[in-house]
Amino acid sequence: MKTIYVDNAATTAMSDSAIKAMTPYLKEVYGNPSSLHTVGQVAKEALDSAREKIAKCLNCEPREIYFTSGGSEADNQAIRSAAINGARKDKKHIISTAFEHHAVLHVLKKLEKEGFEVTYLDVHSNGLITAAEVEAAIRPDTALVTIMYANNEVGTIQPIREIGEVCKKHGVTFHTDAVQAAGHIPVDVKADNIDMLSLSAHKFHGPKGVGALYCKRGLPLNTFVEGGAQERGKRAGTENIAGIAAMAQALEDAYRNMAANAKKEKVLRDKLIDGLLKIPHSKLNGDATCRLPNNVNMCFEGIEGEGLLLHLDARGICASSGSACTSGSLDPSHVLLALGLPHEVAHGSLRLSLSEYNTEEDVEAILKAVPEVVAYLRNMSPMWEDLETGKKQHLI
Amino acid sequence: MALYSEKVMDHFTNPRNVGKIEDADGVGEVGNAKCGDIMKIYLKIENDIIVDVKFNTFGCGRAIASSSMATELINGKPLSQALELTNKAVAEALDGLPAHKMHCSVLAEEAIRAAIKDYYDKNGIAYDKADFPDPHDEEDEHIPEED
Repeated sequence: MKTIYVDNAATTAMSDSAIKAMTPYLKEVYGNPSSLHTVGQVAKEALDSAREKIAKCLNCEPREIYFTSGGSEADNQAIRSAAINGARKDKKHIISTAFEHHAVLHVLKKLEKEGFEVTYLDVHSNGLITAAEVEAAIRPDTALVTIMYANNEVGTIQPIREIGEVCKKHGVTFHTDAVQAAGHIPVDVKADNIDMLSLSAHKFHGPKGVGALYCKRGLPLNTFVEGGAQERGKRAGTENIAGIAAMAQALEDAYRNMAANAKKEKVLRDKLIDGLLKIPHSKLNGDATCRLPNNVNMCFEGIEGEGLLLHLDARGICASSGSACTSGSLDPSHVLLALGLPHEVAHGSLRLSLSEYNTEEDVEAILKAVPEVVAYLRNMSPMWEDLETGKKQHLI
Repeated sequence: MALYSEKVMDHFTNPRNVGKIEDADGVGEVGNAKCGDIMKIYLKIENDIIVDVKFNTFGCGRAIASSSMATELINGKPLSQALELTNKAVAEALDGLPAHKMHCSVLAEEAIRAAIKDYYDKNGIAYDKADFPDPHDEEDEHIPEED
């Protein structure tokens, strides 16, 4: 059975070119970049070159890039750092949204316990917020605005440039979790007025366990891991050279092929959306146009997402859901709830996230499988029976 | 350990006794849509023996597997035995459920009790009310998200 992988928002397959880029640093170039000898210095060159490549993609200086273990670490370091520096000036207010990734939300929850006040902006039903809403929430004691570039579940792209402008105007540090955006849409830290940005290699065909934090020159960054001079003293530990080299290659490839990949993915995405909307009582979650080229997120009334995923998996289709069972709790995804979906609808969600490796045939197979599985599950669902017999009202 | 036991996958993929019984002698429905699972059990009863059982479930993989397993465990059994079925027995028959999913087996036990109670009520059969407590309030059962 052919595997149809449409869970690229969870992680991507590594590209051949990224694997090729990392291999020398797993074999012959094994040196520690901090060593003085030749073997070490060759590794140092690779590290510098990777930093330059990534900086060029994001339109910043190499010294503004700090390598991390991934997006979560970058988010933690950025937010913690901005909070500590804000507190020094008696600024203990942070602005964010209700549908951030947990790598942001959990840090904010901890900061609240430590005496910070956080304003979580309500997300509109289309999964977007506005710069005006951010501006209205800014106070004299606001230390940080942290808003994701693109949402990991519903794929909506926030007006980052405008939000950045507002922050700049008010002198507030602006961090964005760009884990889903980087490598997929043209992220440019200068044009977008971004002060801090997190990215993760494995979301754009790079390896897992490596990411980067962009921190604008002049902005204080606190040391996250103590114990060495690596990353300008901000993150100790011998660098993951192989991972970093592969990340740089993957990001470079992603920027080079971005327009072509996005064009291809959008065609497949819209074909999936159109096809799946033909299922009665289904709904697209998140704005149809202000969304990542590779993201499809649907709800099907009367069914539960985990069952849908398991049946799709049995047909070789790897997808994801925001149902309670897949979120590890009894509540469905906080993102879908933030969009205002009722619990009973949010339980029946399906996320399909594409990459340029997907094909028309994949889409056709999905469009055959999903309606069949939805119909099968609805047929055994007492909730669907109540909806169809009029005992309960359809919500979508 | 695999995410799902082989038994769970078997009963999820090929659920036994799926469907409805139009002239059921007892019907029990528990759970709610908000929490993401509803289980409905239909019983056909002759001389205090369950001669047929069917289920409809809205819920996750383990909820469907629990319903399927529970119906297998009570089919052909006297009501007295069906009433003795515990959620633990359902979970064990599925080779165990993770702690946050024991809830699925609880629903199966409750749905069966609710269906038997419905049969008693419809037929004016006396029973000890203490044996049929109201299904617990699921709203209280939400567990905190994992870090």
